[in-house]
Amino acid sequence: MSSIGFECLNVRYGSVRDGEQEAVYAFTDQVRPGEWLCLIGPNGAGKSSVLRAVAGLVPYRGTVMVDGASLASRSPRRRAMLVAYVPQTPLMPDDMTGLEYVLLGRNPYIGYFGSETKHDRALVTEVLQRLDLVGFAHRRLGTLSGGERQRLVIARAVAQEAPILLLDEPTSALDIGHQQQALELVDRLRREQGLTVVSAMHDLTLAGLYADRLALLHQGHVVASGDAAHVLRPETLSEFYGVSVSVHHEPDGTVVVVPRRAPTG
Amino acid sequence: MSQIRVDQRAARRWWLPAALVLLAAAVVLGAMIGPAGGISSANWNIIWNIRLPRVALAGLVGAMLSLAGASYQGVFRNPLVDPYLLGAAAGAGLGATLVFIYGRVSTASWLVDPLPLAAFVGALLAVLVTYTVGASFGGSSLSLVLAGVAVAALATAVQQYLLLRHSDVIKEVYSWISGRVSTATWNDVKLVLPYVIVCSVVLLVHRRHLDVFRVGDEEAATLGSQVRRVRLVVVIAATLGTAAVVSVSGLIGFVGIMVPHLVRLVAGSSYRLVLPLSIVVGASFLILADIPGRVLEQGSETPIGVVTALVGAPMFIFVLRSRRVST
Repeated sequence: MSSIGFECLNVRYGSVRDGEQEAVYAFTDQVRPGEWLCLIGPNGAGKSSVLRAVAGLVPYRGTVMVDGASLASRSPRRRAMLVAYVPQTPLMPDDMTGLEYVLLGRNPYIGYFGSETKHDRALVTEVLQRLDLVGFAHRRLGTLSGGERQRLVIARAVAQEAPILLLDEPTSALDIGHQQQALELVDRLRREQGLTVVSAMHDLTLAGLYADRLALLHQGHVVASGDAAHVLRPETLSEFYGVSVSVHHEPDGTVVVVPRRAPTG
Repeated sequence: MSQIRVDQRAARRWWLPAALVLLAAAVVLGAMIGPAGGISSANWNIIWNIRLPRVALAGLVGAMLSLAGASYQGVFRNPLVDPYLLGAAAGAGLGATLVFIYGRVSTASWLVDPLPLAAFVGALLAVLVTYTVGASFGGSSLSLVLAGVAVAALATAVQQYLLLRHSDVIKEVYSWISGRVSTATWNDVKLVLPYVIVCSVVLLVHRRHLDVFRVGDEEAATLGSQVRRVRLVVVIAATLGTAAVVSVSGLIGFVGIMVPHLVRLVAGSSYRLVLPLSIVVGASFLILADIPGRVLEQGSETPIGVVTALVGAPMFIFVLRSRRVST
């Protein structure tokens, strides 16, 4: 189990000439080992930028630490052994098989001139079995549905054996059943393997349902952080999303966010 | 599941031997067919000194162009890419044109034939300029491709201007551009063989990396690949090999796109199989494509670049169609 800490993370886009845009400003957080932190916030709030910074895809200032050691000094391979990243829209070649795809997760463990070992293949087979994906091992990705593909992307991240899992909008393309299926899978893996999860999500109810903690971002700043009951308040959501919602608290502690129609004439 | 896996592996095991049989058949045909007839003791000299060098050269050129094309398609994740993408063909063409116009008078005193040298240097320079310009725009695959288009347009424009001013060499230049292995000697083979071997080894070493690239630059990076470094090494090896074969054979088109596609259509698109198969199938294809040119026209040769497109394009369309029907 690993922790991930952010100290004053700043991400900016654009060039000095065209004017820089601060996408994330002074993001500071400490995610405990095995915890699930969910970043929420309107489009463009900086959720994805935080994840992309950790994944090494955008330059940043400030520090990202895994178990107290800075990620910036790691080689791409070492970073990939620590952090697995599931992008919002993964690029999945139509004619690649499920097995080939999940095997890509072993890439960080294979030397420049090497190829997959027996161990890598055995581990991937085991992951496919555990995630109930054996039937897709020799199917081409182009023949699979969105939900099946998403589970294979998660399987690839699991095969990466990284203690930290980053999920960028893991359910945005899925129907409600497959949303639940994918998130339950992540939650199960978190419990079984002690994964630490940082995700960005749009669905507030699902975010509150699965994450231990929510951080609400607005224009790159964290404006609210804590458990679902604390962050998902009608006034807060109205202020930062500009939305009219009612929030229900179920007896089991679930927080349900329901949009309300604007009153007409 | 284990049943399926066994079947798939078994099928894969057969592709390479099958391709090698095709290559052997192509070599035999290439040695037997020609204006002077089949094998007899009197013809042994012709076979050894005329036909086999061109079989060997055609094989090396076909193998290298196909492998370079497949590798380029891998690093740029674009199936429409050929080994001439980053300006290698235009650069080589310009280099050759300069020699035809200015260099031919004094070639006798040169230590080496300036024509392959100029084509080689022209191809490398063009790709170097492309890479430098592309890298200054961020070095993404798109900026490299766009820079390649610009550099190729520039080199072609200069070449056309020069040709208009020196119309006496147009025929020679076009004959060179259309590609030829008909004048091949064992010296040509010796000249390009080291390049083809070294570049092929380097590219084959990277075939697993190209499979990782199939999920895109960004995801490959998050999986621990050093995307830029791998792309640079692959582009250098593919360009060096392309420049070497182009310098002796001229610009033989279509092979670098068509062969990798044929291979993918029958054997799937994992680069671990596509790269080695492209070498063997590419060699076979160009050896076979060199044969009709010898006998089609009495007393002269149809350029091999014309044959590859004339034979290759309909064949390619046919395979695409039959594939469409079967799936």
